[in-house]
Amino acid sequence: MSYSVEIKQLDLAFGAVKVLQNLDLNINEGEFLVLLGSSGCGKSTLLNCIAGLLEVTDGQIHIKGKNVTWAEPSERGIGMVFQSYALYPQMTVKGNLSFGLKNAKLPKDEIEARVARAADILQIEPLLNRKPGALSGGQRQRVAIGRALVRDVDVFLFDEPLSNLDAKLRVDLRVELKRLHNQLQNTMIYVTHDQVEAMTLADRIAVMKGGAIMQLGTPDEIYNQPRNLYVADFIGSPSMNFLEGHLESGNFKVDDMVMPMTGYDFAAPQTADRPAVIGIRPEHVVTGELVKNAPLQFNVVVDLVEPMGSDTLVYAQLGQHIFRIRMDGQATVKAGETVAIGVDPSRASLFDKQTEDRL
Amino acid sequence: MSVVEDGALRGATGAKRPSRLFRNPMAKIASIPMILTAMVVFVGGTLWTVVHSFTGSKLLPKLNWVGFDQYERLWDTPRWLISISNLALYGICSLILTLTIGFILAALLDRKIRFESAFRTIFLYPFALSFVVTGLAWQWILNPDFGLQSLVQGWGWESFQFDPLNNPDIVMFGLLIAGIWQGSGLIMCIMLAGLRGIDEDIWKAARVDGIGTVKTYVRIVIPMMRPVFITSLVLIASGIIKLYDLVVAQTNGGPGISSEVPAKYVINYMFQAQNLGQGFAASTMMLCSVIIILIPWAYLEFGGRKNA
Amino acid sequence: MPDTALTGPRGPKPKKRFSRNNIFLYGTLIVVSMYYLLPLYVMVVTSLKGMPEIRLGNVFGPPLEVTFQPWVKAWSEACTGLDCTGLSKGFWNSVQILIPSVVLSIAIASVNGYALSHWKFKGSEVFFTILILGAFIPYQTMLYPIVIMLREIGLMGDLGGLVLVHTVFGMPILTLLFRNYFASIPEELFKAARVDGAGFWRIYFQVMLPMALPIFVVAIILQVTGIWNDFLFGVIYTKPATYPMTVQLNNIVNSVQGIKEYNVNMAATLLTGLVPLVIYFASGKLFVRGIAAGAVKG
Repeated sequence: MSYSVEIKQLDLAFGAVKVLQNLDLNINEGEFLVLLGSSGCGKSTLLNCIAGLLEVTDGQIHIKGKNVTWAEPSERGIGMVFQSYALYPQMTVKGNLSFGLKNAKLPKDEIEARVARAADILQIEPLLNRKPGALSGGQRQRVAIGRALVRDVDVFLFDEPLSNLDAKLRVDLRVELKRLHNQLQNTMIYVTHDQVEAMTLADRIAVMKGGAIMQLGTPDEIYNQPRNLYVADFIGSPSMNFLEGHLESGNFKVDDMVMPMTGYDFAAPQTADRPAVIGIRPEHVVTGELVKNAPLQFNVVVDLVEPMGSDTLVYAQLGQHIFRIRMDGQATVKAGETVAIGVDPSRASLFDKQTEDRL
Repeated sequence: MSVVEDGALRGATGAKRPSRLFRNPMAKIASIPMILTAMVVFVGGTLWTVVHSFTGSKLLPKLNWVGFDQYERLWDTPRWLISISNLALYGICSLILTLTIGFILAALLDRKIRFESAFRTIFLYPFALSFVVTGLAWQWILNPDFGLQSLVQGWGWESFQFDPLNNPDIVMFGLLIAGIWQGSGLIMCIMLAGLRGIDEDIWKAARVDGIGTVKTYVRIVIPMMRPVFITSLVLIASGIIKLYDLVVAQTNGGPGISSEVPAKYVINYMFQAQNLGQGFAASTMMLCSVIIILIPWAYLEFGGRKNA
Repeated sequence: MPDTALTGPRGPKPKKRFSRNNIFLYGTLIVVSMYYLLPLYVMVVTSLKGMPEIRLGNVFGPPLEVTFQPWVKAWSEACTGLDCTGLSKGFWNSVQILIPSVVLSIAIASVNGYALSHWKFKGSEVFFTILILGAFIPYQTMLYPIVIMLREIGLMGDLGGLVLVHTVFGMPILTLLFRNYFASIPEELFKAARVDGAGFWRIYFQVMLPMALPIFVVAIILQVTGIWNDFLFGVIYTKPATYPMTVQLNNIVNSVQGIKEYNVNMAATLLTGLVPLVIYFASGKLFVRGIAAGAVKG
């Protein structure tokens, strides 16, 4: 079994503040792993620990089977791309790409070859003699990726590389990054707070909160089977509807409604009765013709409609609760109307109210 | 622009539009001291001095034109020539040393050290003191009979000689030690602010690239700090030209005239030797040297910005 | 995950407490600190010694017998020429110069900076640029015309004249300081006040002033140290009876008559440096902000 990066029992504290606690994470060869979380969750800190830019308080980091816990960043076999690009402003693009290699005393033709290859992959040949100041944001980030590329390493670290770009460019570069990963098949560890980036790029996502990994899984698992309430709430936009109630012999009761959970895939076969929370994604609620086929059907009164072009977000009153429903962009509903909706328990998520873990 | 077109508002109500000169009168009244200072004292005073430098004024300013006589006499006066060469020596040494010391101290303080603020306080406190206090303190430390020299001799190094205040050859270095003591803390402070302004990611990128600390400073950080260096340079240079109090307090131009400087020359001729014309000519030369420093700087600072 | 025992390096890389780097780093800083602290130390110990002890040499040694006599003498008995009333006279002169100069220069510059940031008028930027460029002109070219102007208004040799001179030469940096500060106050706030019907002075006193307290403190620090430390203007625009403290200090220490009393001289020097030093140590970060503001002039 060969992992590309192994993180073992990692602790990191700044004085009394514990940022990472007893964290274990194994990253496969050639995997694209995204560390996802809101700011302050420790995702960038973890990345800096892997890079060796922060000294760990306890635990180990192995890269390519080698214990690199005490190694300098440049000796770890990593390349890193930063949010602010961190290009050397007084050097040309070529100078930026080759500076580290020259410093490592590589032969000249080797440097030339590596720079040429990186420039080719990233299509930045025309920019080689320009300075970073004369480049656009997207071009700069490409050069920053190039600087990691020429190091000819196995692991690439990305620290929110697209956050400084405008929305359209971000989408373009995201696609390019995915293509780059498919082409190079390197291990990539990517930090972001943007769930769309995480879902689209990742082989696996690690959702982090408070210095711990909440869930590690494929985008599909994270989206469809969130392991706890935090992950369920964090992933998805608009976010999941939550209704608090009770689980009683396989039925979920909220107010005077009873939802039989037939078809729901319980984590444990015998789940005892307890206070629980049900989570239903707005896009998993069906309307119109499809309601007939849904196992659970309700009538709701429309409260507010937000048309967004591609789809329409409806805020409706379900019992005492506001319920978000994502409908087709062409839907013609108005506030005050009563609409029939259908829900499939197999696509819902149930959480223990106390532990907030998935049932 | 923050001009509020209150004229336009009044125009809409049908009242007579006031003339341009009387719109927001309070702002103009409040600016009168500035306008007077700029136009009368700065521009007017400077022009007056330049004009009178072409006269043979003695005790009182008179408009008896003598052409370039004052300048010819100025450049024939050994005391002026010594003043100029002293200032050049002091200026070059002070520029190089202050920039170097200021930068190195700032870089050391930037290495995430303990007691940083204590060290910063120590390096900067001389800047709070006047040149007179600075000059007198160093005059005492450099006193040959009781100060540094006698101390080292007392340690058993009998032949040790360091008496800059009585040795015409090295008197400028005596002033230099004091001047750098007083002023380098400021430059350190400015450099430190510059270093703190450098993106943390640049340092991280350099570490990933395996570039050593010293090399990162020399090849990456210093080139990025060019504007900070230029600001420091202008600051030090304009201070050097004004060099006066320190000399008066520490050496009073002595021994003999070996530590005279232009600013002192001007004041001596204007207010003691009662040779105003000479004083005006010498001060005009000082103005010229400032312009020579200022123009390339203004070009770099503001001309370059348009191209960027 | 089970707590398997880890082998090999873990946790932080062990560091030597006295690594070569640290010895170099702290060694340099400590040696340099000594250069900076030396004069202050020497002044203090000298001022506490008696003359016989000073004549024995060793300027750096601590006083064997502490005496405050030199301080008393410097304050009330030291001679400038034939006048033996000590530095106290210069001190009070300096106080009389300092207070009106600081108040007047800051009052004028703050209103002016406010006008330049929110009430620009045609030509205001031009005058401001000239004012800032004027800060780079050597004072020597303006000294004599100012003598004439002061004579015209009858303030030559008077403390009032020196107050005026300090106000004029403090104007570039102070105006810049206030202009930049007021310009950073959101335009919307100013517009809202205008819509509410407030005029020039009302906005200044009720909207701008309460927000500008920190910059006033910076300006005060800048002006108090600058004016207290001035020598050039003091020596030229005042007469012996109104000499500020720096000028009197220089005259006492560098007087050629009589025997040199080094301990009294150093006590006098320390006394003169005391006001800015107290301000420096008391204000800390604000002092740095003040000089940083001074540094970006132009």
